[in-house]
This record gives sequence, C-alpha cells and structure tokens, in this order.
Amino acid sequence: MAQFEQWTGFRGKLWKEEVNVRDFIQNNYTQYEGDESFLEDPTEATDKLWGELQKLQKEERAKGGVLDMETEVVSGLTAYGPGYINEEMKDLEQVVGLQTDKPLKRAFMPYGGIKMAEQACTTYGYTPSKELHDIFTKYHKTHNQGVFDIYTPEMKKARHNKIITGLPDTYGRGRIVGDYRRVALYGIDYLIQQKEADFVESERHGMKGTDFRLREEISDQIRALKGMKEMAAVYGFDISQPAKNAKEAVQWLYFGYLAAIKTQNGAAMSVGRISTFLDIYIQRDMEKGILTETQAQELIDHIVMKFRMVKFARIPSYNELFSGDPVWATLEMAGIGMDGRHMVTKNDYRFLHTLENMGPSPEPNLTVLYSSHLPENFKKYAAYISVKTSSIQYENDDVMRPVWGDDYSICCCVSATQTGKEIQFFGARANLAKCLLYAINGGIDVKTREQVGPAYRPITSEYLDYDEVMERYDAMMEWLSKLYVDTLNMIHYMHDKYYYEAAEMALIDTDVRRTFATGIAGFSHVVDSLSAIKYAKVKVIRDEDGIAVDYETEGDFPRYGNDDDRADEIAVWLLRTFMSKLKKCHTYRNSEPTTSILTITSNVVYGKATGSLPDGRKAGEPLAPGANPSYGAEKNGLLASLNSVAKLPYEQALDGISNTQTISPGALGHDDDERKNNLFHVLDGYFDQGAHHLNVNVFGTEKLIDAMEHPEKEEYANFTIRVSGYAVKFIDLTREQQLDVISRTCHDRM
Amino acid sequence: MDTILKTALKYRTYWGKEGGITVSGGEPLLQIDFLTELFQRAKAEGVHTTLDTSGNPFTREEPFFGRFKKLMDVTDLVLLDLKHIDDVQHRVLTGCTNKNILDMAEYLSEIEKPVWIRHVLVPERSDDDVYLEKLSAFIERLDNVKRVEVLPYHTLGAFKWKELGMEYPLKGIEPPTKERIENANRILKTEKYKFNRRK
Repeated sequence: MAQFEQWTGFRGKLWKEEVNVRDFIQNNYTQYEGDESFLEDPTEATDKLWGELQKLQKEERAKGGVLDMETEVVSGLTAYGPGYINEEMKDLEQVVGLQTDKPLKRAFMPYGGIKMAEQACTTYGYTPSKELHDIFTKYHKTHNQGVFDIYTPEMKKARHNKIITGLPDTYGRGRIVGDYRRVALYGIDYLIQQKEADFVESERHGMKGTDFRLREEISDQIRALKGMKEMAAVYGFDISQPAKNAKEAVQWLYFGYLAAIKTQNGAAMSVGRISTFLDIYIQRDMEKGILTETQAQELIDHIVMKFRMVKFARIPSYNELFSGDPVWATLEMAGIGMDGRHMVTKNDYRFLHTLENMGPSPEPNLTVLYSSHLPENFKKYAAYISVKTSSIQYENDDVMRPVWGDDYSICCCVSATQTGKEIQFFGARANLAKCLLYAINGGIDVKTREQVGPAYRPITSEYLDYDEVMERYDAMMEWLSKLYVDTLNMIHYMHDKYYYEAAEMALIDTDVRRTFATGIAGFSHVVDSLSAIKYAKVKVIRDEDGIAVDYETEGDFPRYGNDDDRADEIAVWLLRTFMSKLKKCHTYRNSEPTTSILTITSNVVYGKATGSLPDGRKAGEPLAPGANPSYGAEKNGLLASLNSVAKLPYEQALDGISNTQTISPGALGHDDDERKNNLFHVLDGYFDQGAHHLNVNVFGTEKLIDAMEHPEKEEYANFTIRVSGYAVKFIDLTREQQLDVISRTCHDRM
Repeated sequence: MDTILKTALKYRTYWGKEGGITVSGGEPLLQIDFLTELFQRAKAEGVHTTLDTSGNPFTREEPFFGRFKKLMDVTDLVLLDLKHIDDVQHRVLTGCTNKNILDMAEYLSEIEKPVWIRHVLVPERSDDDVYLEKLSAFIERLDNVKRVEVLPYHTLGAFKWKELGMEYPLKGIEPPTKERIENANRILKTEKYKFNRRK
C-alpha cells in the first residue's frame, strides 16, 4: 500500500492500494446542503486577469476569429517555454500553463492531417512552414492520409454525398477524457510505476499483433507521463509527487489537462468530473486554516479562466459543423453516489459562481448531473444561474448512474464515460432523413444524382404507402448501418496508429473499456415524415427522370413534440431499429456500439445536403438539432414537447439524447425568484420521466434578433446561448446559424 | 371530463409539491357543475385545484350559492380579479357592478378560502392612486389573501379585435410605465403578501 505525507488527513484504503480516484472521493467528500450565501466575489487579481483576457478576446474577434497562430513549431508537451496571460501579471495567476507561448495563440497540430493543419493557417492568413510540410508528407504519415489510403470507393461516395457525415477523418476524434485528477492525487512517478507494472503484465506466451500494439501504447503512455513532468518543470513545478494542498491539486490537475490539449485537437476535449474531487482538497485546507473562501473561489475562477482559453486551429468545413469555436471543455458537478448520498459540494457552487464572477461563457461546458433528489438549494441556484446566463446544461444522473456508476464524466456534449476506466470511439452521424429519401429513390441521391446506396427497387406509386416505405426504409438502413460502422472502424484504426492519445490514455486504466459512439441526424424529420405517410396522404412529385424530388401532403398528421403517442411511438421505433442494426456489426477493438441523437450545429450543413421530405421540410433547410422536435411542430407548449422527448429510452441511446429548449423569461415567471422555482420544477418533471438531457435557454427571440443586428453592443460581447450539445457566444455564430437559432421555437407558454 | 383530467395528469411530474390544475376562462363559474365534477375527480387523485375567476357570476342567492359552496369544498385556491374598487368606475370599465365581486371576496374570507387577488393595471382606467389606496384598504380587511399581484396591461390581445373587425375598446392606451407598475405594487403591498404564498 502506497503512503505519501501529502495524503495526511484523507480517509480510505482501497485508493491507496490501486489507482482508484472514485474510492478516494467516496471516502472523503463533504456534502453541502446550504445555499449560495457563502460565495465570494472575484479578487482583484481575478478582475485584472479576466479584464486582460477579455481584451485579448476582443482583439481576437476583431482579427476575424484568430488572434495568433503557430506555423513553425509542432505542438507537443515541451514544444514551448512558459506562457502567461500577461507576462507582467504572471504572479497574479494562481494556475499557470498555456497551450503555446502566448495566450489564445493556436498551436500547429499536423498528426491528424497535414493538409488540414496547413489549411487552417492559410485560412487566417498565415503561411505554414515548408519544412514541416516536407516532414509530414515525405517522412511521416498522418491520420487523415491513413484513412484515405484504405477507404473503399463506396465509403468515399457515401461520405461525399454526406449520408454519413461530419466524420472524424479530417479532425481529431477527441472525446477521450484522461483522469486528470490522478496527477493531483498520485503524482506522476506513482502513475509511471503503475504503467510499468502493466507493461510487465502485458507480456504473454505466443504474443501476436494486438499484444504488440498494447505494449507499444503503454510505452507511449509512459513517455507521455515523463513528458508531463518536463512540461510542468518549465513552469517551475515538480509534479512527480502528489499535490500537498488545494492550490497544488488545482495546478497538478490542470497540468494533466494541459498535456491533453497540447497533444490533441479532438473536437471535444472534456475536463471531466473534477468539482467534487477538488472540493476535498479545499475542505482539508480550510479545516487546517490555511485557505479562505476568497482564496478557494480564486483558485476555481483561475482554473476556469484557463478552460475559457483553450483554442485549436480549425478549417472552414470544421467550423461549419461545430460553429463558434467550441472545444467542449466539459466539466461536471453534482450527481448522486451509488450509496444514495448526493455529491453536491461547495465547489459545485463555486464553479457555477464563475459565471457570475466573470460573466457568462460557453466554456468550460458546465454540466449539472441532475436528479430531483439533489438538495433543493442547489437545484434553485443552478436554475437561477440558467435564468441569468443560459450557459449551463443538465443531464439526468438518475438514468446514467445505473449504467455508468457515480464517477462518470461527460466526454463531449451528452456522452458519458466512466472516468479513467473507459473511452469512446467518436463516430459523428448517419443522416437517417437522407436514408429515407434513398429508400424512396432506390439509393439515388436526389442532389447529386449519383447511385450512392444499393440500387434497390425505387418506389413508383403516386401516393406513398406506409408499409411499402417501411419495408424499403428498413433495407436501406441495414445497408447504411453496416457501411457506417465499417467506415468508423477504419477511422479509429488509423487514429490509434497515427494520432494515438498517449497523454490522455496514460491517465486511464490500461485495461480500458471502449464504446463505439455512432449518431443519428435528421431524427425528428424522419418521425414526422413517416407519420405523414401513415396518417395523411403523401403525394410524390417526380421530375422527368422519375426521381422523387418533392412531396405534397394532404391532411393533418401527428407530429413528434406534442406528447402524441401516435408520432412518439414512431420515434421510439426509429431509435430501436437503428440501434439494433448497429449491434449486428463488428466494431473496432471489440467496442460496445452505442448511438446518440445529437447534431451540434451541424444540423445546418446536414440540412443543406438533404432533399425535401414528406413532413414538409424543403430541400436545403436546416434539420432540427439533436432530438428536438422540428421547427414549428410543437403546438402544445414546452411541457408537451418535453414529454415527447422524454419517451425516448436512454438505454437505446447510451451516447445521449440532446434536447435544446428556449423559454421566454415571461413564461417562466414574474421575477427571478419565481423563474428559478418554476425552472427546477420543469427539470424535476422532465427528468423524473427518464429523459436524458436538457439545454436551457432563458431569453426571448427579440434579444437574439437585436444581438444579430447589433453585435457591437457591449451587452452582447459575452451573450452565451446553449445550442445542441454545447454553449456558444451568439455573436460568434455565422449569420446563417444565427437565423437558424432564431427560427427555433421560443416557448412563450409552458 | 376524463380526457381533461388525463391530459392534466400527464404533466403531474412537473408540478412539484405546489402545483396542480388551474381552470381559467372565459369565466369558469358559468360552467359551475362541470367544474365541480372536475375538481371532485381531481381531489380524488390528490391534485391541488385552483379556480381563476372574475367573480362576476357570484351571488348569495340560490340556486347559485349552494352550487358555489359545493365547488368551494373541492377548491384549494381562488385567483380573483378585482378590476376596480369603485362601483361606478367598475361599471364604466366592464359594464357590470362590482358589488357581488367584492361580496365574493368577503365570503371567501369568511370561509377562510386561500385567495390571490389580482389587479390588472390599465393606465387611465385602473391606475388612480386614490382608488388603488381604497383597493388596498379593502384587501387588508380580508383574512385569506395569500398573494396580491399587479398584472400590467399589455396589447398582445389587440389583434383579436382587429381580426373580428371590432373597435378595440382600449385603443390608444399604452402599457403602464415601470414607475406606475412599481407604484401600484407599493400601494397594494404586494411584497408583504409574497411571503404568504401557498403553503
């Protein structure tokens, strides 16, 4: 059993015998049931640094979205010397460490694909290094090259026609959350020892390819751990030993995360479930009398400031998928333990309070693991912060806990993975709305006229027959699911090979469990289209080539989003059917297939590539985001809409069911007090029905329109809204996406 | 009847400890028998019941009064609109007397039925300090008031008159200013009643 003097005062045994942060938390955290009155305002140092950072953010926006970019140095753990928000104020920073040598400067990360790294530079007027170009084209292959070397012609065609779309073959897959808490609790040396022991364990009789791969990965992880120590040493810290106090714990943990964002540019680079963990250190220091509440809040404000600074160099096609420069530095709080004790600590309040101390912000992606059994004071404070800032999201701990336990992190927007025990292979989305059109047109894409899917018999009748459509749709989904999984398998094989996440994996168990996270786009449109075919009369409009290009629907039909079982049952059927098809496929590294109903802001681009649908949505119009009902479909108010989404079984979509709703302040109550009370009742009611996720926005459409027309107004500089799966500064969205957000339903009644 | 209650119960998870069903209008008291049966069934399900009324049909005469008592047996809370404290002004505003409405407020006080008093604030019509003071004094005499609300008049409904081709009766009247809303809240002591909410 390991024993460190830094652990004095901590209880428990198991976590000392093995790397087990969960056990440490369960043995040591202090529940908090009081209200927010203990919270402290920002310190002078916080105000100064945040003021400085806001100046930089303003400059960044003025320069078209990128403040500075690296063109000569390949990013890595020790690629740079120390960097600070402002060299002259560096003593004010309680938490240090930047991705590069300067704040908001974007690193050069070629391992995912040299072409994309270079395009990111040229897009913003930077000239990438000729030498690096040669290295990564002549001497070293990249992930992107690897994937395109092995794609089949069918995959390329499906990808080009965007029936499988947003694939992580031109950007890092991300969604792997290192257990950054391990750095603080154990120190790097102990973690190296454990990995060295795993390396010895991995030696077996008659070793084969998969064994070699594992041994190589462990070696890479050990190298990364050593690199982290060097990286910290650049800033004058020795992280070989455990953290001895709260300040060190925050700093050590941040170094772990910094290692990840220096080496990977995944779409989602989550921070994980750190709030309760850090509270234990803060609590111990406070009991010792060496830390005040003001200092504790300052530590949290400063680490959050760092999470607000994470940047990656992106290409235009990426920005179309994920608009507004998100990084998904997702960070969780609250939840309930397996033993029934809630896990709300004072630190959860402190993290939410950062939105008051430093104003609203999209990052970190603050996520409340919700249950109606959380203390009422906390639910009210979270609801209050939602009403004030529209910056946080809620996920139902009551449905996730039975599957993932009580120490999971959200690795992107809505997807859970057990911290340090699990990773997922992120797989973007299959466009099921487009697949429905393929079923009708016998695999021909209405936009490109290419034969993309198999040339099954097209539907030729004037009016669509429900049974016939369902039969064809089933066959087309069967084809799509197989092709989709095969494609993802190739992507992840090559990602492991050329862009392995050594630093993150070094902070995860060697014997890791993997899920295979697929996704669905166009969900509500398929449901409403099938409902139209079933309950109304849908006439097909064909062009001279006999291709169905549009639909005329006569009569009314139930739509998803009104708590009408006739439509909602189709929704459940669709999810179950697609999931069962995915389960038939072999998935890379024996991962467990899951799916999500989540689109990010990519619903706009996906919609562009999708033809007219029987539900009345015209060609090119945006798809509804995530699991949201279609625009204009919700006729019975917010609660009816929530009831529809709540019917989707989480067990069939373990990667998450994203729902984004906007409520006008007036509908929620006369004053903030009433609004927070009503909002937490809405959350209780929604989640008690087994729903999974809710993004809550509280503002009216007028505010959005004004912000679009007058982005220069000071009040809109940090105006943050929740979109499917993350938060974004509204003025950072493209006009097209702003219009899409504005056209979504804003509930002015419950 | 079954459909109404069933639909309402679909939203039960959102109610929390304080929520329930509220029946508003039109004027629900015009369908008092239906309403009583609905509330009886709701109470059988353990649902909190609220009646939102203008009080206009109220009278202590039979057969109405007997029916009303029966309704009150299964009503947990009454939201009562007091449009104007002065009978003459009330007639100008609504065409009807307010005597029976004030009587209803007093009756509800006698039987200790929890009430929220609501006053729609219309500039030039129901925003006179003298009358607001009188209204306030009236409310203070009641023992059952859990909350007093000032509802600022808004023009969102004006289109309905236009659609029906009718002259909008409050034409030319703008919503009250923030100052006047605060003034009415002060006179009617709405803050004081805030802490008397539904238990």
